Amino acid sequence: MAGDNPATTSGGVTQSRPERVPFYNDPKIRNLFYQVLLIAVVGFLVWGAATNMIENLRRARIASGFGFWYNTAGFDISQTLIEYSSQASTYGRAFWVGLLNTLLVAILGIIFATILGFIIGIARLSKNWLLARFASFYVETIRNLPLLLQLLFWYNAVLKALPDIRDSVAIWGGGYLNNRGLFLPQPLAKEGFAAVLVALAAGIGGAIIFRFWAKRRQLLTGQQAPVVLVGFGLIIVLPLIVFLLAGLPLEFAYPEKARFNIRGGVEVLPEFAALLLGLVIYTAAFIAEVVRAGILAVSHGQTEASYSLGLRPRPTLRLIIVPQAMRVIIPPLTSQYLNLTKNSTLAVAIGYPDLVQIFTGTVLNQTGQAVEVVAITMAVYLTISLTTSVAMNIFNARMALVER
Amino acid sequence: MTMSEGDLAVTEIRYLQKQPVDPLPPPRRLVGPIAWVRENLFSTWFNIAMTVFIGLLIFWIVPDLINFLFLDAVWTGNDREACLPSNLKREVGACWPFVWDRFSYFVYGSYPIPYRWRVDIFFGLLAIGVGWMLWLNAPRRDLGALYFFVVVPILSYVLLSGVPAIGLPHVDTNLWGGILVTIVVAWVGIVVSLPLGILLALGRRSPMPIVRTLSITFIEFVRGVPLITVLFMASVMLPLFVPEQYSPDKLLRALVGIALFASAYMAEVVRAGLAAIPKGQYEGAQAVGLGYWQMMRFIILPQALKVTIPNIVNTYIGLFKDTTLVFIVGIFDFLRAIEVARIDPKWAAPTTSTTGYAVAAIFYVIFCYGMSRYARATEERLAKGTKR
Repeated sequence: MAGDNPATTSGGVTQSRPERVPFYNDPKIRNLFYQVLLIAVVGFLVWGAATNMIENLRRARIASGFGFWYNTAGFDISQTLIEYSSQASTYGRAFWVGLLNTLLVAILGIIFATILGFIIGIARLSKNWLLARFASFYVETIRNLPLLLQLLFWYNAVLKALPDIRDSVAIWGGGYLNNRGLFLPQPLAKEGFAAVLVALAAGIGGAIIFRFWAKRRQLLTGQQAPVVLVGFGLIIVLPLIVFLLAGLPLEFAYPEKARFNIRGGVEVLPEFAALLLGLVIYTAAFIAEVVRAGILAVSHGQTEASYSLGLRPRPTLRLIIVPQAMRVIIPPLTSQYLNLTKNSTLAVAIGYPDLVQIFTGTVLNQTGQAVEVVAITMAVYLTISLTTSVAMNIFNARMALVER
Repeated sequence: MTMSEGDLAVTEIRYLQKQPVDPLPPPRRLVGPIAWVRENLFSTWFNIAMTVFIGLLIFWIVPDLINFLFLDAVWTGNDREACLPSNLKREVGACWPFVWDRFSYFVYGSYPIPYRWRVDIFFGLLAIGVGWMLWLNAPRRDLGALYFFVVVPILSYVLLSGVPAIGLPHVDTNLWGGILVTIVVAWVGIVVSLPLGILLALGRRSPMPIVRTLSITFIEFVRGVPLITVLFMASVMLPLFVPEQYSPDKLLRALVGIALFASAYMAEVVRAGLAAIPKGQYEGAQAVGLGYWQMMRFIILPQALKVTIPNIVNTYIGLFKDTTLVFIVGIFDFLRAIEVARIDPKWAAPTTSTTGYAVAAIFYVIFCYGMSRYARATEERLAKGTKR
């Protein structure tokens, strides 16, 4: 603690014999003392908690350790992306199922929230008065409502209020919508579909190579190449042509409506739909604010300077404004992505089988091993958060303005 | 070039206009409602399309909303019969008698009816404290802080929980509910998180390595995990960490979880404020001989907290919204009260759920929007000194 002890600094000024500072006023010794004290207090608390815990667990006859990981789970999960059965699969398998469900909703949520958030953020800055007002109304309302309330609303008041199976709404293209979920045709690959995938991969690779080549040529000669157009052709049109040439190697398994249920097709659970809808709408409002702040952070002088150099509005936006705005936008945007991932744990309130619902819900109740289960769950989210923030630090270091 | 002025006068100057030009038409109107509409709504084709699109959206949503909330709504009744479309033979909007009937339940939960005056007094005391703190020109704000952070907590514990010795029978926290619990949770979070957050922020900037490491570990750990897992930890692990006879009750566990969570976020907000203070302020304080705590208390924190007031209020808004999560660990907050009331068979009607959620939405929007307006007003007020 600098400044704790003015005597040490004033000692040299007065030319008299330097006073000897009593040891308890020496900042070094004081710091050491405070830190030892802190360690002692924290250590005592941890030790007390640990001994109490061991005692309490022993009394409640709860096993400890991670042995339960290999025990049979014995409960069903309504949405499984990997093979899982209640009789044969272990708690460890249930963990992976939950983690994948969390990642599924988080990744889809991030994609849709980014799109919606950018649209609304830009709309809020629009010159169109009505559009700007509408966007800011959206942001102000959605940001001020708890996410949990929004999820419950979507799930209980909207999706559960849909007609039941017998009165399913048939939607265009052969799907059904009812209060048990959304049933869509399932695409099934026929032979020859592999060629389309190969074409897609080749197209993406080609587009990347073309972009590199175009950039180098521009640096060397100043000539520009139509990167977007060529990329579109390689990634979208090429696989489409292969798809047509191969004789449409794709068929759909249509859901069939029976008396009491719907068979076949892909089922989107109402829990999943409500969670995704709630997360996207909520996070988009925050992303919109991030985007708006980022665009406003680029001073108008940049636009004017660009115009005076002779750039037209579109290149100005693409080459001058967006790169500078992205520098401001990306760090808070990442933290919004993390928030979305963490908020996906609210799934537990509406029964979507994400990691928290499966693990800290069902597994915790069945095994009673609170410490291990909560520790594993926290470790997962902590890993995601810390990995992202390390990546962000590297990104920030690379993107930081190089100043004189 | 040897052209003199005389040559210039003789040469026929072809590029000069000989006849006066017709006057330009008057500019399009720049003021007035029509000009405003043209400028702001119909300036380009894209803008026209957007205006039409948003206009259609509004025409689609707003009448439905008004119908639901007012025109088709049921205003009186005693039970679900009043809100059933089959009885009324028309579209039914919001079922307001459900709200009138359940209103005291939403506010107090199952708090015993004869003692509800205690809750009312608690709300009153809290309102005085909040007003005192928020009104920046209020007299004796130091007393206000003492009142808000010390007197009200003690009084409200005495009032709400009860002390049989002075004639206030004990009311178990299991019976607390509704808005009462939401306010208690939010308020405990607010009162605890600020001092704890300041301490953690100072710890994070401390030169002592162990203090710094512990602060960073705590802050990053709590900020890295979702609030639900913190609440789960508080509700299932906290009882394991203490001897059985001291096992905290459910509400207290949730309060601990919320308070720790909010403190970690508050610490980062305060740290940003501390980082905004120029180094000269620290050095100046040291130069006049202030010790660490004096320097912080008189020089650094007043400036740092002042610039972070808007961010602190924003953290409080987040905290207020996050209090709904205690619902998941079984605490009877406002949202839970609505969840329980809306599935009550006495009021089971098609629009009961939506009505309940509408009430909750209005409640949260009023509180959070109020706080954010306050944050913005404070921000403008504080910016006055630096604005040119």
